[in-house]
Amino acid sequence: MNEDHGRYQPLSYFQLMEISLRELLVEKGIVTDAQVQATADDMRSRGAERGASVVARAWTDPGFKARLLADGTEACRELGLDVPALRLIAVENTPDVHNMIVCTLCSCYPRMLLGLPPEWYKSRPYRSRAVREPRAVLAEFGLAIADNVQVRVHDSTADMRYIVLPMRPAGTDGWSEDRLAAIVTRDCMIGVAVPSIAGAAPAA
Amino acid sequence: MIERGHHDMGGLPAGKVERTEHDYADWERRVDALMVLLSGIRGGKKLMTVDELRKNVEAIGPDAYEQMSYYERWVTSITQTMIQRGVITTEELGRKMQEVQGRERNGAA
Amino acid sequence: MNETVQPSFKPGDRVVVRKAWPLGHIRTPHYIRGRVGSIERVCGSFPMPEELAQQRSGLPAQPLYRVRFLQRDVWPDYQGRPDDALEVEIFQHWLERA
Repeated sequence: MNEDHGRYQPLSYFQLMEISLRELLVEKGIVTDAQVQATADDMRSRGAERGASVVARAWTDPGFKARLLADGTEACRELGLDVPALRLIAVENTPDVHNMIVCTLCSCYPRMLLGLPPEWYKSRPYRSRAVREPRAVLAEFGLAIADNVQVRVHDSTADMRYIVLPMRPAGTDGWSEDRLAAIVTRDCMIGVAVPSIAGAAPAA
Repeated sequence: MIERGHHDMGGLPAGKVERTEHDYADWERRVDALMVLLSGIRGGKKLMTVDELRKNVEAIGPDAYEQMSYYERWVTSITQTMIQRGVITTEELGRKMQEVQGRERNGAA
Repeated sequence: MNETVQPSFKPGDRVVVRKAWPLGHIRTPHYIRGRVGSIERVCGSFPMPEELAQQRSGLPAQPLYRVRFLQRDVWPDYQGRPDDALEVEIFQHWLERA
């Protein structure tokens, strides 16, 4: 029975393939069902919090920020983050430069830091247009980039993965790292949004 | 027609970005998990590379590529890779799919 | 056999992406082939994806670079600032000195 719907629906060809592939791999001792479930659960539990914690630390610790920009993976390890297989480059937004990340060829994304990528990131319109008309795409996301700000698009074509280090917004002096991390959304770290203090939780 | 892979879409015209979020189904999460494990991450036995995953996704014909969802492409690609690697055979897969389909028709999971 | 190819380029070098359209799995996007940019950084050396995709080792590892292109050099009709940039990871075997 198809467990993913409230009412009975026959398995799709691809759902049938998934079950069959997995059962064969289990029978051959290559994976166990428990391993598959644990790995799926681990990925489910990953939202953008790890990424946000990296940004919040960079905002409050200039030495860490410098190390992050020099070697993103090492900086994540410094924070004790579990980010297997990640080769990270952090790119910094400044008053003069806005960064945006895309993978035109597929959907490369710093999953271990941000969780699973959103559907739109993997879609044809984003992958096709982000490299060619970034300002128009950003406008569709509600982000207007000023004429005096350079837009830099990073196409994640090979072994590196990218995170945007957004600018720390005004009005956040004295905020704790946790409070800062709470305003760093996934979209800020992809580069289609910037952090905002509107709607942020008040200090505890 | 062949010079440019269908997946190699940077710079091609396209419509507006639909800002859809997708709540992944359990089977999709299991496909993702299989990819992680078969790549040798999280203690899995390394039996494939992300490069083979990509190559086999790219090998999906243009019409099918457009119509299939992300994880439908992934499960297809992972399965093709396992067949190419000799981890499973087409024969084994076919018999297993028949078996699973038979169970499902009989009401068991 | 030497398992790693030595880097030929360093940050600031002007490079051109080879204009070739072979078959197989390739991580150099179509849109960037033939374009001229400059090396932004050396990322390290990695096995060739073209070969890994074919179940081969991809060794010797090739230097991987981030190459910075001006958008106006990539798209003839680019709308934006003249210094808007596009940065792409490209393997050494796809690059020549410009």
